[in-house]
Amino acid sequence: MELIYLNTVWVVIAAVMVLFMEGGFSLLEAGFVRTKNAVNVTMKIFVDLTIGALAFWLIGFGIMFGRDAFGFIGTNLFGSADKIALSIELPSMAFVLFQMGFAVACVSIISGAVAERMSFKAYIVTAALICILIYPLSGHWIWNSEGWLAKLGMKDFAGSATIHAVGGCAAFAMAKLLGSRKGRFNTDGSVNVFAPSNIPLASAGAFILWFGWFGFNAGSTLDASSSNLSSIALNTMLAGASGGTMALLLTMKKFGKADPSMTINGILSGLVAITAGCAFVSQGSAIIIGAISGVIVIYATLFIDNVKVDDPVGAVAVHGFNGVFGTIAVGLFDSSEGLFTTGEFSLFLVQLLGAVVVIGWGLIGGAFIAKVCEKTVGFRATEREEEEGLDMSYHGIPAYNELERFADLPTSLFNFEETTGVTIKSSATKEKERKVV
Amino acid sequence: MKKVEAIIRPERLTETIKSLKMIGVTGFTVSQSVGRGKQKDTQGVYRGKNYQVTLHPKVKMEIVLSDYLVEATIKAIIKSAQTGENGDGKIYVYPILEAYNIRTGTIDFDIDDLVDNEG
Repeated sequence: MELIYLNTVWVVIAAVMVLFMEGGFSLLEAGFVRTKNAVNVTMKIFVDLTIGALAFWLIGFGIMFGRDAFGFIGTNLFGSADKIALSIELPSMAFVLFQMGFAVACVSIISGAVAERMSFKAYIVTAALICILIYPLSGHWIWNSEGWLAKLGMKDFAGSATIHAVGGCAAFAMAKLLGSRKGRFNTDGSVNVFAPSNIPLASAGAFILWFGWFGFNAGSTLDASSSNLSSIALNTMLAGASGGTMALLLTMKKFGKADPSMTINGILSGLVAITAGCAFVSQGSAIIIGAISGVIVIYATLFIDNVKVDDPVGAVAVHGFNGVFGTIAVGLFDSSEGLFTTGEFSLFLVQLLGAVVVIGWGLIGGAFIAKVCEKTVGFRATEREEEEGLDMSYHGIPAYNELERFADLPTSLFNFEETTGVTIKSSATKEKERKVV
Repeated sequence: MKKVEAIIRPERLTETIKSLKMIGVTGFTVSQSVGRGKQKDTQGVYRGKNYQVTLHPKVKMEIVLSDYLVEATIKAIIKSAQTGENGDGKIYVYPILEAYNIRTGTIDFDIDDLVDNEG
């Protein structure tokens, strides 16, 4: 009886930690994009938290956790998410709030990859569609106990596949179809670096994401009395640290400089990769998984540039590639049935199948959203809007008034004639007068 | 010796530098600036109030050149910075009395040495 109170407190705190990660996404992206688009990426995160959250509560939750049909889709709980019957000692409302944080995180992954060039209306459509259909459907396959991948025995503890791989693959498809930012690639295929606006701001975002990740992973126990809780938290810490370590050292060796944005992405990659396995692997395995993901992120980033897909914040390399890797890594390092730890093949094959399915579904989902946007509100910002910056074009306000555009000058300075009644000589009269003289 | 001062749209800067490079002009100073001419005010919104951004962000390029390069430079700037709409900017040409090279500490009679000596 007392456990339910403790669980309520733990899961609600974990849920708000997951929701706080939105702040991390927002600062991370604002720091990585150019100054003229920083308000736009922030506003997109607000779309996730507002429209995305409501869409998930209204429809997405039912598709994900509702009564199963054919192992494929949920069919009830629409608009009444709290009616779900849980077999654990936890009020259903806490569970709904926690799942809402996950759905919102899935959209935020995409927001980074499409930054600086997507129409704002199209993003609203995207957030709604991800939360209504794309994320919940594959989530149903993996996390609903009746889902077809779950029945095969697929293990995804906190969502490397369900959240990160789906989000990352959808992000790849959308970034590809959206095209690159103007001037990103030269005709000979080389890449122009668009210097990020504010690395300390992006770092603050990374710190918040790291903090929130403990709620993300350890909260997924949904049980404060779980003896596993502390080992999950420790695994999360270790994988993030080793991902960051590898990225830091490898960039020093490969590029001659310790690259801050790659270090940030290395840390996030470690965290993404351990998300699926944090409850199933040993601490040593967590460090190995993190370290591999720190290497993957660097080569994935270079690969994405090579295939001419423009991903301003590296979301595909971090969430897509390492979400897939983390899913497969469970099959390799799981302490009871992993390939490397016990020599058993069956879990590895299931994880591999699951990874292929989420890659396919993510790509299809992203392409589907792109088509819907093109047919309805338009997908890409116009060239003029992109050049001016999406902040002024869509939101009417710059992020930093760093040029001091003197917006506080009274308008009367410029419509002098209307406000004072004094007529200013036109250039034609001036010309005439000059000739007379 | 002349100084060409060009005030252009920020988004045309890359193109402009490219075409200057093509005619061998590789040394210049660039600064961010704001100003206004005939370009329409940008409409902003802040907490439900409309406001006008009356001064537009521009980029100012200052290029000191030998006389014979001035015409080609102006042509190159116009070609690459022109969009045909209000707000494309202005070019001013000034005479330069003297130019010194700080590294060597000598008078730079031959300003061409500042030009096209990259690499």
